[in-house]
Amino acid sequence: MTKKLVLFIALLFSIVINAQDYFPKNDGVHTNTSNYTAITNAKIYVTPTQIIEKGTLLIKEGKVVASGTSVEIPKNSIVIDIDGKSIYPSFIDLYSDFGVEKPKRPSSRSRTAQYDASRTGYYWNDHVMPENKAIEKFNYDSKSATELLKAGFGVVNTHIQDGIVRGTGTLVALNNENGNEYRILDQNSGQYLSFSKSVTSGQAYPSSIMGSMALLRQMYLDADWYAKGQVKTKDLSLEALNKNKSLVQFFDAGSRANIIRADKVGDAYNIQYVMLGGGDEYERINDIKATNSKLILPINFPDAYDVENAFLVSTVSLSDMRAWNQKPSNPKILADNNITFAFTTHDLKSPKEFKSNILKAIEAGLSKEKALEALTTIPAQLIGKSDLIGSLKNGSLANFLITSGDIFEEKTTLYENWVQGAKTVIEDMTKKNISGDYEFTLSGEVYKMSIKGEMSKPKLEITTNEKTLGSKIAYDEDWVNISMTTIDSTKQEFIRIVAHVDAKNNLKGKVILPNGNESSFYATSENKSEAETEANAEKKEDDTLNEVLPITYPNMAYGFTELPKAETILFKNATVWTNEKEGVLENTDVLIKNGKIAKIGQNLSDSSATIIDATGKHVTAGIIDEHSHIATASVNEGGQNSSAEVSIEDVLDDSDINVYRNLAGGVTSIQVLHGSANPIGGRSAIIKLKWGESANNLVYNNSPKFIKFALGENVKQTRAQSNVRFPQSRMGVEQVYMDYFTRAKEYDALKKSGKPYRKDIELDVLSEILNKERFISCHSYVQSEINMLMKVTEKFDFNVNTFTHILEGYKVADKMAANGIGGSTFSDWWAYKYEVNDAIPYNAAIMHNAGVTVAINSDDAEMSRRLNQEAAKSVKYGGISEEEAWKFVTLNPAKLLHIDNRVGSLKVGKDADVVLWTDHPLSIYAKAEKTIIEGVTYFDLKRDEMMREAIQKEKSELINMMLQAKNKGLKTQPIKKKENELLHCDSIDHEF
Amino acid sequence: MKNIFTYISMLCSFLIIAQQTPASKQTQDIAIMGATAHIGDGSIIENSLIIIKDGKISSVVDGKVVKMDLTGFKVIDANGKHVYPGFIIPNSTLGLTEIDAVKASDDEAELGTWNPHIRSLIAYNAESKVVESMRPNGVLLGQITPRGGRVSGTSSIVQFDAWNWEDAAIKVDDGIHINWPSSFSRGRWWLGEDPALKANDKYAEQVTELSNYMTNSKAYNKGDKSKINLPFESMNGLFNGAKKLFVHVDDEKGIIDAVNFSKENDIKNMVIVGGREAYKVTDVLKENNIPVLLMRVHSRPNSDDDDYDLPYKAAKLLVEKGVLVALEASGDMERMNSRNLPFYAGTTVAHGLTKEQALQLITLNPAKILGIDDNYGSLSQGKSATLFISDGDALDMRTNIITHAFIDGRDVSLETHQTELWKRYSEKYKNQ
Repeated sequence: MTKKLVLFIALLFSIVINAQDYFPKNDGVHTNTSNYTAITNAKIYVTPTQIIEKGTLLIKEGKVVASGTSVEIPKNSIVIDIDGKSIYPSFIDLYSDFGVEKPKRPSSRSRTAQYDASRTGYYWNDHVMPENKAIEKFNYDSKSATELLKAGFGVVNTHIQDGIVRGTGTLVALNNENGNEYRILDQNSGQYLSFSKSVTSGQAYPSSIMGSMALLRQMYLDADWYAKGQVKTKDLSLEALNKNKSLVQFFDAGSRANIIRADKVGDAYNIQYVMLGGGDEYERINDIKATNSKLILPINFPDAYDVENAFLVSTVSLSDMRAWNQKPSNPKILADNNITFAFTTHDLKSPKEFKSNILKAIEAGLSKEKALEALTTIPAQLIGKSDLIGSLKNGSLANFLITSGDIFEEKTTLYENWVQGAKTVIEDMTKKNISGDYEFTLSGEVYKMSIKGEMSKPKLEITTNEKTLGSKIAYDEDWVNISMTTIDSTKQEFIRIVAHVDAKNNLKGKVILPNGNESSFYATSENKSEAETEANAEKKEDDTLNEVLPITYPNMAYGFTELPKAETILFKNATVWTNEKEGVLENTDVLIKNGKIAKIGQNLSDSSATIIDATGKHVTAGIIDEHSHIATASVNEGGQNSSAEVSIEDVLDDSDINVYRNLAGGVTSIQVLHGSANPIGGRSAIIKLKWGESANNLVYNNSPKFIKFALGENVKQTRAQSNVRFPQSRMGVEQVYMDYFTRAKEYDALKKSGKPYRKDIELDVLSEILNKERFISCHSYVQSEINMLMKVTEKFDFNVNTFTHILEGYKVADKMAANGIGGSTFSDWWAYKYEVNDAIPYNAAIMHNAGVTVAINSDDAEMSRRLNQEAAKSVKYGGISEEEAWKFVTLNPAKLLHIDNRVGSLKVGKDADVVLWTDHPLSIYAKAEKTIIEGVTYFDLKRDEMMREAIQKEKSELINMMLQAKNKGLKTQPIKKKENELLHCDSIDHEF
Repeated sequence: MKNIFTYISMLCSFLIIAQQTPASKQTQDIAIMGATAHIGDGSIIENSLIIIKDGKISSVVDGKVVKMDLTGFKVIDANGKHVYPGFIIPNSTLGLTEIDAVKASDDEAELGTWNPHIRSLIAYNAESKVVESMRPNGVLLGQITPRGGRVSGTSSIVQFDAWNWEDAAIKVDDGIHINWPSSFSRGRWWLGEDPALKANDKYAEQVTELSNYMTNSKAYNKGDKSKINLPFESMNGLFNGAKKLFVHVDDEKGIIDAVNFSKENDIKNMVIVGGREAYKVTDVLKENNIPVLLMRVHSRPNSDDDDYDLPYKAAKLLVEKGVLVALEASGDMERMNSRNLPFYAGTTVAHGLTKEQALQLITLNPAKILGIDDNYGSLSQGKSATLFISDGDALDMRTNIITHAFIDGRDVSLETHQTELWKRYSEKYKNQ
C-alpha cells in the first residue's frame, strides 16, 4: 500500500517536468507547467554553514528559485508546510560505477602469457584506455538509484572501474522520474586512473605497482610527443588523453602509500590528482598533507574481530586490531589537518551502511559541518559544479533531503529525497509519531503497550500482570493493526486490534477476540519520553568504549609513538672494529655526535654525551646488505624483458617488520634490489633502515644510482608455465643486452645532438649506464654468462659494477679483478637449482684472494638478520682473517654501493651508523645490543623488551574492547591471519 | 641425433659425479689425545683420552688421570681441539632430492593422502653431493623422512658415509610421519574467494578422518588379514611400539589435539615435529612425556608482533620447562642448509642455553628421540665411534674447522665436490 502511494505521489509530481519542449507529442497536448513548489517552515541548510531557520525553499522546474525567511510565494505555488523539519542539499558521490557494468575477465583466457597489446590504433598497452567513456556504457539503473536515494544521494559521478587509465566519467542526477535528457549533467566529467590493470586484457605489462607508475610516466611523455605532431601514426588513446587533459583527474589510490606514489607520478607532469583514499591516511598524515591532494574517502570501517576463540585470536596482528580502533577517526584527523575530502559509498557492501559509518566518524570526532561539506559542497567543488549541485543556492538543482532533524543523528528520519525537483518518499512524513506507552483494558484486564522505533517499522511490546505477550503491529496511513496472543499461553489464539490514530495520537478502534466477538478499543498515550531517555542512556555507554589508541610510526607492533632523536653517545672501553688501517682496537672509546662519528680514542669525554659502558663488548660499523628485498611493496616487474624504467624507490614500504628485525641483527643500510625476472631489471633503492620514518626518508641523499641486471635460469624463465618471451636461453640473453645498449647509444647520441627526440624513460636509464652515471648490480650464476656480460659491456666501454650472487665467481675471479668488478655472494647457498650446482662456500675466499672486492649478501629477510654469522663462515670456508671477513658485510658492500665515503667503517666524520655487540661480532654468540643510524638508536635490546610488554598489553586491551563491542551487538568479522611473506629475487607481485 | 646423446650423457655425467669413496672398516685402534671431549649429555672432559676399537668407543677418560699403553694405536694428538659426537639431523630429506628446482632429481613426496607404507630409505641416494657436504661440518647422521600427504610415509635413519642405502641404514623404518590438519586454510582465490588465511572450517572433519584411519589400521592388524592392506600393515609398528609416530604440527591447539589424539589411539611413542608454538604448551608436553623436534632456529617469527628472537629462543623456552628437544631444519632449501645444524644450536646459546645444553639438541637428544641412543648421540663407552674432531668450538662458524670425522670408527673423508672445486681453482690462480 505504502509503495503504491509513493509511486502515485511521484508520478503526480513528475508531470511538472516532463519531456523536452521541442519534442513532438502524439499522445495528447503539450502540458508544460511553470508551477512553483514552496516548502515552508523548514530549517534549510543552503550550505553547511549557511542555515536558515523557519525558512521557505522555493523551487521551479527542478531548480532552486529562492530560499530565505521572507520568500514571496507566487500564486501558482504548491505549498508544503513541513512543520520545522530540516532541508539539506542531497549528497554527491564522485566515485561510483552506477549504471556502468564493470567489465568482466574473459572466461577463456589463454594460459600463454601475452606480451603485446591486443588492439591496434590505440596505445601499445591495453591497460591504458583514456578513450573509454562511461556514457557509452551507461544504463540508468533505477534500483540502485533508489538505494542511493535512500542513503541521501542525489548525484553521482560514474565511470568504468577498470584499467590503468579508465577514460571519462559521467555526472548523473538520480532522477527516477525523468529520462537521461534530464539526468545527465555532464558526460565528460573527469578522467579516472588507477594502478590496476584491466581485467579485459591479459597483457602482462605492468605486473607491479612500480610498472604501473612507469607506464603512466611514459604515457604522459608520449602524449606530449603526440600532441606536438611528432607521431606519424594514429593513436586514439593518446588523442583522448590529450583531450581529457583539462578535466579533473581522479586516481584510485586506495591507500596512504599509493596516494604518495600517485602524487609522485602526477607531480612530474603538473597533474594534481583527486585521490581515492584508503582510510589509513592518518598513519602518515603529514605526508598526505604534503601531497596537497584532495581526497575521496570510502567510509568503510572494519568490524571488530570475533575474538572469542583464544587460539585464533593469537594470530591477529596488532596493526589489524588497531585498524578497527583507529580507522573511524581518520576523517577527523584529515579535517584537523585541513585536508579537503569528500565521502564516497565506494567499498561499501550496500549504501545502507553509509549512514552508520558516517555516524561512527562523527562519534570519533569529525564535526557535522565537515561531514556535510564532504557530502555536498566539496564534491561539487571537486567536480567543478558548485553552481549546480552541492548547495541550495538560487539556480542550483533542486536536489535536497527532508529530514526530521539533524541528519547526523541516529534517530533522525530521512523522509524525502528530491532530485531535480522529483521527489522520492523514503518515510511518509505525514505519518504521526505514535511511539510511546499506552494502556488499555480488555475483559477487565489492564494491558500495557509500548510502541518504539521507526514509524515505518514500529516495534511493539504488550504486557499484562507483568507477563509479556507475543504481539505484532503494522502501522499505515493512520491505522494500526495489532495481533497479540492471549494470556493463556498454552493456546495458539490471537486477539486482533484495528485502530485509527487520532489527532492526539490516541488509538481508537475495535478488538476482535479469538472467538470472533468484537468490542471497542481505546488506548491512550501516556508519556512519550521514556523511549528516548533509554536511547540516550545507551549512547553514553557507547562513548566510553571508543578510546582511540595512539598511532605509532609505523603504525604496528614495535612502532614508535615518537620518533627517536639523534643523541650524543660515548661508548667507553669497547673493542672497536674500525675497518680502517687502525684495525681492531682494544679498550677504546667512540664518541658519536651530530649524527657523525666524532672521535675514536682512549679516555675520551664529552659532557653532553650519554655514556655507555662497553667493557667486554664490541663496537662496529653497521652491517650493509648489498642484496635485499625487504621494505618494498614490489620486487619484480616481469611484464617485459627489460624494465629499466621502473624504480624500487617508487614502492618502498616503511611498515615492513623485517626492517626492525634487520636492525636487531645490526643492519643499518641495504640496497633494495629489483628481482631477477628479466635481463634488464629495475632501478634500486639504497636506503638506511630508519625504522619509523616515511618511505621517502629512507633513501640516501644523493643516492648513487644503481640498476639490477640478471642472468641465468630466472631470466630465461626456466620454470615458467609458458615460454613465449625472449630470451629462452643464455644465447638470447646476450642479444637482449646488445639490442638495448645499441638502441640506448643511438638514443643518447640523438639526445645530445639537440635535435627533437621522443623521451624514453627506459633508454634514458640505459644511457646513464653508458655514461657511467648508473651502476649495474647483476644477478649471476655460471661462469659463461658472467664472462659474456663482461664482454658486452666492454663493447660499450663500461664495466659492470657488481656481480651479485655470482656463485661461480671463483671460476672467473681473475677476469673480474682485472675489470675492477666486485662480487657480492651468498656465504654457503647451493643445490637449490641447476645453475648453483657448482656453487661453493669458498667462493668469497677465492674471489677475495684474487683481488675482487667481496661482499656477503642475503637476498633473504631471514638471513639478513644474521649477516655477521654469514661473514664468519668465510673464516671457516677458505680461512679469511676475521678482520677481512667482517669487511665482507660492512666496508666492502659500502664500496660496492659507492657509499663508503659515508658508511662502512668507523672513521671520524663518517655517519654514526654503529652497532654495539654483546660479544665478538663474528661469533655465533653475539647479539646486537644497540643499532644506531646517524646517532639515532633505532634498535635497543632493553627498549625492545619494553615494547614487547606494551604490545601484549595493548592487544589485551583491544581484545577487551572487541568483546565489549560484540556484547553490544555490534557486527564482528571472522579472524584472518596476516601473511608473512618472504620476498626473494624471483618473487612476483600478487594480482594488484 | 648423435649430438643430443652426447649432450645427454654429458649432462648425466655432470650430475652423477660420485661422492668421495666411503671409508673402509676400522682396522687399527685409535687414540684421540688431549681434546676437550663434549660428551653430548651436558658434560665435558678436558684433556681427554678417547679410545676407539672395532668401531666402538672403548673408553672416554680424563687423560691427566688415566694413562694407557698406546703401542700399536693410531694416535691423534688433539691437544687444544674439541671432540664431539656426530651431529644428528632429524626430519631430513637429504638424499631424496639433489637439486630443489630440478624435478627429475626430486623424490621426496608421493602422490596421495594416506601413505604410511611409503619408505624413504629405498630412495635415499647415498652418493648425493649434498649429503657429503654435511660431513665437513660434523653432521654425520640423519633421519630421512618423506614429505607430503596426511600420512607422509615411513622414515629411516642413516649415516652419511656409505656406498648405498643398505650400508647407510642404521635404523630401518623408525617412524611414521603425519602432517596434522592445519588450523588455517586459504580461500580458493580462483573461485573468487578471499585468498587470506582464515580458520580451517574442515579441521574437525580432517582430524576425524585421521582418527578413523588409526582405528581402521588397528582393527586390521588385530584381524586375520585375509586380504592384505599394505598401508594398514605398515601402521602396525605404531601400536606395538616398533615405530614412533612423528606428528608435524606447529600451532598451540594443534599440538594439544595431536597429543590427545595419540593417547586416544594408544600410540606408544609420539613426537612433535615443527612445534612452532610448543613453547606455549610445555606443561602438556611435559606431563605426557612428548619430545619435540623443533623447527629451524634460523627462521623468521610467524607474526609481526612476535619477539624478533622467538625462533632463536624457542629451544630455551622448552628446555627450561623440562621438555626433551632436538633441532630439525626442514623448510626452504633444507637439504643444503642442514650443514648449518651446528650453528642453529649455537644460536640458541646467544638466546639462553648453555653451550653444552645446545650441543645436546643435536646429539644425545635427537638420538633419544629417534631411538638410537643405545649406540649414538654421545661419547660414551660402548657406543659407536661416530664423532669428529674440530679445531675449535664446533657450534661457532669461525671455529667449526673439522680435521677428522669417524662414523662407526671409520675415518671418513672430509673432501667434497665443493672442496675439490675450491682446491682446483685456488690452484688455477696460484699458477697464473
